[in-house]
Amino acid sequence: MTKYKKAYVYKGFERFWHWNQALLIFILAFTGFEIHSSYTFLGFANAVKVHNLAAWGLIILIVFAIFWHFTTGEWKQYIPTTKNLKAQAEFYLFGIFRNAPHPTKKTVISKLNPLQRLVYLGLKILFIPVMVVSGLLYMFYRYPQGNNIEIINIGNLEVIAIVHTAGAFILLSFVLVHLYLITTGHTLTSNLKAMITGWEELEEEVAEEEKKPAFPGKGEKEQG
Amino acid sequence: MNKFTKPITFFLAIVAPLLIVTLVLRQPAPDNSLLDRVRAEHPERHKSAVDHSKFEVLQKDFTNPHEITAACLSCHTGRGEELMHSAHFNWEREAFIPGRGVTYLGKKNLINNFCTGVQSNEGSCMKCHAGYGWSDTTFDFKNPYNIDCLVCHDNTGTYKKASGGSGYPVMGHNGPDFKAITASVGFPKSENCGTCHFEGGGGNNVKHGDLELALLTAGRDVDVHMGVDGMNMECVDCHTADNHVMKGRYYGVSSTNTQRLHCEDCHTSVPHTESILNEHSIKVACQTCHIPVYAKVNATKMYWDWSTATRKKDGKGYETLDKDGNVVYTSIKGDFVWEKFVKPEYLWFNGTADHHLITDKVDTTLTFIRLNTMNGEYSDRNSKIVPVKVHRGKQPYDTHNLTLIQAKLWDSEPGKGALWVDLDWEKSLEEGMKYVNLPYSGHYDFIDTRMYLPVNHMVSPKTEVVTCRECHTRTNGRLAGLTDFYMPGRDRNRFVDIAGQLMLLLSFLGAASHAALRYHAARKRNTTANH
Ligand code: HEM
Repeated sequence: MTKYKKAYVYKGFERFWHWNQALLIFILAFTGFEIHSSYTFLGFANAVKVHNLAAWGLIILIVFAIFWHFTTGEWKQYIPTTKNLKAQAEFYLFGIFRNAPHPTKKTVISKLNPLQRLVYLGLKILFIPVMVVSGLLYMFYRYPQGNNIEIINIGNLEVIAIVHTAGAFILLSFVLVHLYLITTGHTLTSNLKAMITGWEELEEEVAEEEKKPAFPGKGEKEQG
Repeated sequence: MNKFTKPITFFLAIVAPLLIVTLVLRQPAPDNSLLDRVRAEHPERHKSAVDHSKFEVLQKDFTNPHEITAACLSCHTGRGEELMHSAHFNWEREAFIPGRGVTYLGKKNLINNFCTGVQSNEGSCMKCHAGYGWSDTTFDFKNPYNIDCLVCHDNTGTYKKASGGSGYPVMGHNGPDFKAITASVGFPKSENCGTCHFEGGGGNNVKHGDLELALLTAGRDVDVHMGVDGMNMECVDCHTADNHVMKGRYYGVSSTNTQRLHCEDCHTSVPHTESILNEHSIKVACQTCHIPVYAKVNATKMYWDWSTATRKKDGKGYETLDKDGNVVYTSIKGDFVWEKFVKPEYLWFNGTADHHLITDKVDTTLTFIRLNTMNGEYSDRNSKIVPVKVHRGKQPYDTHNLTLIQAKLWDSEPGKGALWVDLDWEKSLEEGMKYVNLPYSGHYDFIDTRMYLPVNHMVSPKTEVVTCRECHTRTNGRLAGLTDFYMPGRDRNRFVDIAGQLMLLLSFLGAASHAALRYHAARKRNTTANH
């Protein structure tokens, strides 16, 4: 039997960032689709107000997250790899039903499996930027307003709106699948607990490795 | 202890900057200083510096209105020249219309779908001319004594032009006291403007729908500017004049983007505290949201069908009224549809307009003829969405020559071909066209026409403003007719929507079936393990 040992996987900021991003994206999707006339809940004017506020919130959060990723070196977690990619896919398709072991060992320096690496990298460099940029253009497609001075003047909102809406559907699909995949840790709730408390039971020999500094000179103090 | 430092740090690091940035990003409070100044100045009505009752030239028993004008002009030198260059007197404007060149158009010569036009009917129509004696084509526009000063400057409310009097007032013992009138002349009051502008089309509120007698007595709920319980403004407070040329245009007769009056002139172009509303003003005229309905007190005419005119009962013309007392049929004019609390229709408008001239050919393949075309489209950066009253009509046209027809409607005596007197279309059309000196084949029919009248008055209190969803809605929104642009909440890309929903559904089904399979497999494993 594999032995497990508790390890501090998700640092304070990381958890703060993750949950706020989750909340903001939820709010943005919820109000966004109300603006899209998919349903009525807050009322159009309020939906717009909340959407715009949450959008700024998300942008600020993202700025901090980018800073954090680079200063801690955590960005390296998202370097894509093909190693184990097939095994990981096969695990979700077949192995998981046979209670097969996770093909990728989760460690503090490599906490993402190759599929996660790919998907999260896609989010970080493609889907979220697309939402932010299209959203900002949506806000400022004519700017500044009034007095006929225009630095930005995009004739037609349609393309922006279509990109933004398509991105919203993609992001929402991701959230759906992501929510389900929470349950695929080594117990049903272990992933969720980890993202809440920061601590997760990792396989023993891996936990050993964690004692080595993740990146020279960094990441040691956080353990306490 | 340590447990709390982190959340606090994060609050300071993330939430606090977020708050600060949102506060900074908020639009500053709008600059209302101009409006405040107007407000402050407003209660002090202009007081004349002179007392006209003291002037000798006015101490006369006037028997001829031209003499009154002469008396006015003897002091107000140059004012006659000004008026003779104004549309109030000439009923035409010089304008450049692309495709037509320089034109001289106005009420004088344009066709409309109310009474069709003034030509051959001057004796009656000129009750609203700021002049005396325009009864036919011989009227002298170069004679300053033909100007009627009093119709605008009478402040007693007793001056009246006679019906069918070519612009002359009622004179003699039925006439008003001219001494009293001339003693108290002053700036035009709303009543003065209203005698013509409220009664356009032949009766109160017939034509515009947002200009009517009730404005003189109604409250802010009807018109925030003129409401007697509010600012109680006069027409000329906004419609200011430079040398007798008034600001503000009516695009049933005007053509160019000049001399216009804009809400922004007082309210500035950024009047809202919320920037998203100010942003709307790039493409949406103030009136579009702030005039949710017009004809709020009395009904206005929405449809006029001339083709049913001349019917008789017992050999005589007759009238039918609806329960509110509006004439819905009269033998001299045909059928009408009246409406109250009308939602405007909406157009892109850049301030320029074209007109269907009486010499223009009628295209009978169209479902209707536009008598005036308000130009504009989304992609034109000078265009804004404006509210309009669309007046639909059915009026005579020449089926051989394919032109609209000027009908002769009025005459002081029978047998001259006036429709309102003789109830005979053939004669009326013949005489009308003879008068304007244009060919008439003798064959006529009726054709659907439309006129577009911008709605600018009856601005509602802000609590009644058009709400977001009235436009930003999938179906039947106020702007459903303007399809040349993408509007959030109304428009969507069908493909993206269907594909997106499908993707969501598949994601959900995928996760659900995966979960079901896992559950099933786990149970199976458990049972085999237990045996
Ligand atoms: C920083 C990121 C974002 C910005 C700046 C932004 C901005 C905007 C803006 C300005 C609008 C137009 C409505 C309005 O005026 O408020 C809008 C609409 C919308 N947003 Fe966002 N948004 C962002 C993120 C998101 C996210 C994450 C989602 C969903 C997951 C989303 C979903 C939508 C949807 C569905 C619409 C309606 C589009 C339409 O029907 O045309 N937005 N967004």
